[in-house]
Amino acid sequence: MLTPDKTLIYRHHEGHKGPHSHPHPHPHGGGVDTQRSGSREIKVVRRVLDANDMMAARNRELFAAKQIFVLNVMSSPGSGKTTTLRKTLSHLMPGLRCAVIVGDICTTIDADRLAESGAPVVQINTDAFGGDCHLAAHVIERALAGLDLDAIDVLIVENIGNLVCPAEFDIGEDKRVVILSVTEGEDKPAKYPLMFRECDAMLLNKIDLLPHLEYDVQATLSSVAQIHPGMPVFQISAKTGEGFEAWLAWLAAEVDAKRKR
Amino acid sequence: MHEMGIAMDILRIVQESIPAEMAGSKVQRVNLKVGKLSAIVPESLRFCFNVVAANTAAEGAELAVEEVPVVARCNDCGHAWTIDEAVFVCPKCRGARIEMLSGRELDIVSIELSEEEGDHADPR
Ligand SMILES: Nc1nc2c(ncn2[C@@H]2O[C@H](COP(=O)(O)OP(=O)(O)OP(=O)(O)O)[C@@H](O)[C@H]2O)c(=O)[nH]1
Ligand SMILES: [Mg+2]
Ligand SMILES: [Zn+2]
Repeated sequence: MLTPDKTLIYRHHEGHKGPHSHPHPHPHGGGVDTQRSGSREIKVVRRVLDANDMMAARNRELFAAKQIFVLNVMSSPGSGKTTTLRKTLSHLMPGLRCAVIVGDICTTIDADRLAESGAPVVQINTDAFGGDCHLAAHVIERALAGLDLDAIDVLIVENIGNLVCPAEFDIGEDKRVVILSVTEGEDKPAKYPLMFRECDAMLLNKIDLLPHLEYDVQATLSSVAQIHPGMPVFQISAKTGEGFEAWLAWLAAEVDAKRKR
Repeated sequence: MHEMGIAMDILRIVQESIPAEMAGSKVQRVNLKVGKLSAIVPESLRFCFNVVAANTAAEGAELAVEEVPVVARCNDCGHAWTIDEAVFVCPKCRGARIEMLSGRELDIVSIELSEEEGDHADPR
């Protein structure tokens, strides 16, 4: 997470307030060891997100059994997830049977826009889950109840608009894609490195606006190349459709690769 | 932003980790390891944990957060180094096939329980 001024690359440092700073002796390494009179240390060693990881693994098994390719699409608010997905769906369908799960803190606007494609759409409002900033694996599992999994080849998940939190939560997807739009600034990958490392491809959207901006595409590309060397980057305009051939070819190849497995 | 959910997960694991023979003892401290790449702000995690732990065995427990640096190893030349800016390329050979050794942690290492209950009260 970033400090409120969003200027740090990583979480701000905590100084020396680690677990070794408290004054009493604090032995480590044993299973259970007595600290001082009146206190016992119990070894735990568990990932805090282990419940999410387990649910994601179950989702992944289900998707494998049903031969569904799952794409998790993430970006900051307004980078163009819904617009890109509408255009993508119009190319994939009807050749591939697609469905969409779309997360939003509230409103069904995006679900309505996506449903125009003809694909079944499940809207998740995370308001009901405490206004969460990401879709967790159990939320996806619940949304699946609203879909006929035997009639789906490709499931696309539009995650909550947020470059930080969704990167942390596996939902059982096959591939992750991050969308960055040219109105957001060249520095976003360096400020949110986890997202750009965790994704398998990046879409640089709204390139139709480049003539009106002083945006350095090359700077973005070299920054991404340092954070996630080799990750494919597709420059697109979800408005005009420019650049979609390469993106759609990549997606089709990934869908194909899963089917052959 | 998801510190509240994380705090609830921590509380659940803490509660599951209290051995049966120590049921009833208070949790004094929870020792966590948090990688610097993880999206957690320790301050807000502490705040949320205080809220969710109210009226549980972990009420008032301290969250001790050990920050874990981002360490990578190059699969081409074997060099290992600490990453402190957003560059994931080997500084020695410019290799890009790197393996993350640490930095993504969000782990509960241990909990510290008070034994006062056991000292002064007969468990049976
Ligand atoms: N000029 C231009 N505008 C675009 C493009 N793609 C999206 N937009 C506009 O950007 C705005 C946000 O697009 P959305 O598709 O709703 O973005 P989103 O990422 O789904 O937003 P949230 O779901 O709210 O996070 C809309 O006004 C779109 O019309 C593009 O390629 N070029
Ligand atoms: Mg949207
Ligand atoms: Zn190297």
